[in-house]
Amino acid sequence: MTDLQPDLRQRSSDDRQATSLPNDLNTRELARWSWRQLTSMRTALVLLLLLALAAIPGSVIPQEDIDSLAVSQWRDNHPRLAPIWDRLDLFSVYGSVWFSSIYILLMISLVGCIIPRLFVYARALRARPPRAPRHLTRLPESTAYTTDESPEDVLARAADALRSKRFRVETSTGSDAVSAERGYLREAGNLLFHLAVIVVLVGVAVGSLFGYKGGVIMLNGEDYGFTNNLTQYDDFAPGSLFDPDVMEPFSFSITDFQVDWLTEGGRAGMAREFVAELDYTTEPGGKTQNYDLRVNHPLTIGGTDIFLIGHGYAPVITIRDGEGEVTKSGPVVFLPTNGQTFESFGVVKAPFAQPEQIGLEGTFYPTFAMGRDADGNLTMPSSIFGSLGDPLVSMSLWTGDLGIDDGSASSVYVLDKADATQVLKEDGQPFRMDLRPGDTVTLPDGLGTVTFEGVQRWNKIQISRSPGKLVALGGVVLALVGLLGSLFIRPRRMWVRARRQDDGTTRVEVARLDRSSGGDPEDGAAEVAEIVASLQAPRGAQPTSSSRKDQS
Amino acid sequence: MTDAQWEVFSYQGVIAAAVLYFLAMLAYFFELAGLRSVAKDEEVTDQRTAMAGRLALVLSVFGVVVHLVALVARGLAADPNRVPWGNMYEFTISGTFVVALIFVLSTFRLDIEWLGPLVSTFVVAALMAAFLGLDDAVLPLPDALNSPWLVIHVVSAVISTGAFTIGALLSVLYLVKARSSATTGYLARVPEPKVLDRLSYRMHAFGFPVWTFAVLITGPIWAHQAWGAYWNWDPKEVWAFITWVVYAAYLHARATAGWRGRNAAILALVGVSTLWFNFIGINFFSSSSQHSYAEGAGAERSVVLRVAAAPVESPQEVRVVVGADHPRR
Ligand code: HEM
Repeated sequence: MTDLQPDLRQRSSDDRQATSLPNDLNTRELARWSWRQLTSMRTALVLLLLLALAAIPGSVIPQEDIDSLAVSQWRDNHPRLAPIWDRLDLFSVYGSVWFSSIYILLMISLVGCIIPRLFVYARALRARPPRAPRHLTRLPESTAYTTDESPEDVLARAADALRSKRFRVETSTGSDAVSAERGYLREAGNLLFHLAVIVVLVGVAVGSLFGYKGGVIMLNGEDYGFTNNLTQYDDFAPGSLFDPDVMEPFSFSITDFQVDWLTEGGRAGMAREFVAELDYTTEPGGKTQNYDLRVNHPLTIGGTDIFLIGHGYAPVITIRDGEGEVTKSGPVVFLPTNGQTFESFGVVKAPFAQPEQIGLEGTFYPTFAMGRDADGNLTMPSSIFGSLGDPLVSMSLWTGDLGIDDGSASSVYVLDKADATQVLKEDGQPFRMDLRPGDTVTLPDGLGTVTFEGVQRWNKIQISRSPGKLVALGGVVLALVGLLGSLFIRPRRMWVRARRQDDGTTRVEVARLDRSSGGDPEDGAAEVAEIVASLQAPRGAQPTSSSRKDQS
Repeated sequence: MTDAQWEVFSYQGVIAAAVLYFLAMLAYFFELAGLRSVAKDEEVTDQRTAMAGRLALVLSVFGVVVHLVALVARGLAADPNRVPWGNMYEFTISGTFVVALIFVLSTFRLDIEWLGPLVSTFVVAALMAAFLGLDDAVLPLPDALNSPWLVIHVVSAVISTGAFTIGALLSVLYLVKARSSATTGYLARVPEPKVLDRLSYRMHAFGFPVWTFAVLITGPIWAHQAWGAYWNWDPKEVWAFITWVVYAAYLHARATAGWRGRNAAILALVGVSTLWFNFIGINFFSSSSQHSYAEGAGAERSVVLRVAAAPVESPQEVRVVVGADHPRR
């Protein structure tokens, strides 16, 4: 064991260890040395650990890209820390300079490590199995025996046996030993794995550079359609090299939406089995097709995927102004503030109402109930169930300048109250209207009337295109295949030496060297024993060689 | 049987399995006590000690069988029937099953029975924790979990979790054994550090590709179908990634001079802590995980929507939800 020639055990991986700094340095040597450091196994290891460490903050601090609501809440709660966190990019760890620099360094190290090893491997593939070391029996897995056969016979038989075990065999005339090697695919698997890691990253990068992701809130009904172009999205996040021309020209509308609300059991109140029935065409004028869009069942059109990710209610409200004209009529999207009960918040605006603009703001309760405190007194109104049990919309009233006239942009989901005044009752309390479907309320001060006609539904649809996804997926699959090869193929060498001894007998030595990191001595001993057994088997008992003999 | 009966039956099964593992553990401890003064190469002459060891293994095998029945019953208790890993309790009873199964199967092929005391103790402790801390009603799966990918994804996650856990137990033994000079007793009978290291490596080498498959292939595919994004840097995903990177580092460490052995073993323990932290701990730290096991803080699986119909003074964000995964408790 001690006498083991070091180059025998050496694997291509070992020739890239970190080395100590050379003493006399010129720039070239320093550069060479730095490069060797960067591409050493130890650096790769440290960078991997750094990457793991660097990923941690993003799992405990809310991230802008993932939950920006949580980020703003966090900012409000930690006014002093927030600016520091901002400096450190802690709200967007995975896009930050320091996180990127770790994985970019890792990639450079990886390329710098892989390319030379590719050459080494290419050479190793063509190389012959190395000659037998002088003292075979000093290898940890070895055995020896003596026989009467001639060395030539033994070696010929050894070569056959090793070949039939799919070893690459080297027999040179005049040599007293046969060398054999197999398991070349391990290093191939390892190289494939590391290259595939790069492929995955390229795929992911392509997806995030050229792809896009957008969302739209769609009212249900044939009257409401979506056509895939930029203007139709509520929110849109393109990659930095995104080109709008690649957007597929499909369009769709949601004809119906169904939810199954659980009314009993531990998860009562939970909704499941959402189905949005789509009518869609893949291009203008194309044939209309149907699709049941469900969670876990996106619709794919070309390279674009369409997902159902949310739903909610849109009370249908009609506002007649002081002159009796309908100035606003139709469903208004209310956004859920509670994912369980679907209590929702919304705003209705009638900027063209005469004599004054009308703005409504309030809450929609799908199943209205007054809450009760511990003593049974009525408290806040609330929704007790997400489905439409007893729908009620409760709104307050605003007039004056709703900030829409001046042409500045404003959200449809917020009421600009800067120049508006809230309408009060005679007792000074805010005027409120509580409407059930069909109810109409007459507004004070001759402002008009508000009618709650009924309830519509909407769905939040997410649309995304990630062009590199197949590349990335293919990369991961290749990586896995490479990994399996790298972990489970055992590269090993075997030698058989046969020498005539002084007494006329032949001494046969068999040795094996496992070159993988997880080598198992028992497997090794078994393989050595198999070879010995096939060498010692009586000639006639060997089916392959005997049949060959019969033919010749 | 009705669902409720299946549920009760499953609980009874888990308890019975836990009792069997517990008895196995006692038998192992009895064996250890008997071995206290037996040198490592000495034959075990004391009949009762030898019996205890054999009995412990038999008890473990029965434990595994009952455990399996309990798992199946748990799946049958749900309406509609489903795979028994919809929440943390179920994941734990599945994970411990795999640990026990891998151990029992390994004893048929490898000389690994000396790992029994550790495995049985771990399984008993984890089952107790599952019972006391994580118990949860049998509920139908939320829509997002209702996918064949759930089966594939979770099976592979559970299997690799089991393998990594056993690998970590072996690494602990490695570290202890490497510092011990005991000539008698349990530690003396445990194989050489080199062998422990190799066995540990084998467990990790088995677990790592399976984990890769779970986390980097089936996970993203399923996430894409359910949530419309392959990778979201959701806390569960982040920690699965961290675990993956740490184990990649472990495999590297084994091939790097100066990191073999001790450092690699420590990395294996770091890896297993990230693994179990991801499963249990992260749920109490993070409010935004979309994974439904995350029941700690934010119960509902939310998709944040930035309402940007037009530039707004104060960007208003509202949570829009496809049904909450869990009722608040
Ligand atoms: C993204 C970063 C990387 C990941 C995820 C990664 C992952 C892995 C894994 C899982 C293995 C185990 C396979 C085996 O044991 O054969 C491995 C082996 C190996 N890696 Fe990496 N690696 C990365 C970067 C690097 C870099 C930068 C280098 C070069 C400095 C490198 C060199 C090696 C070598 C030489 C082996 C073979 C070790 C052996 O022969 O056992 N890797 N890598």
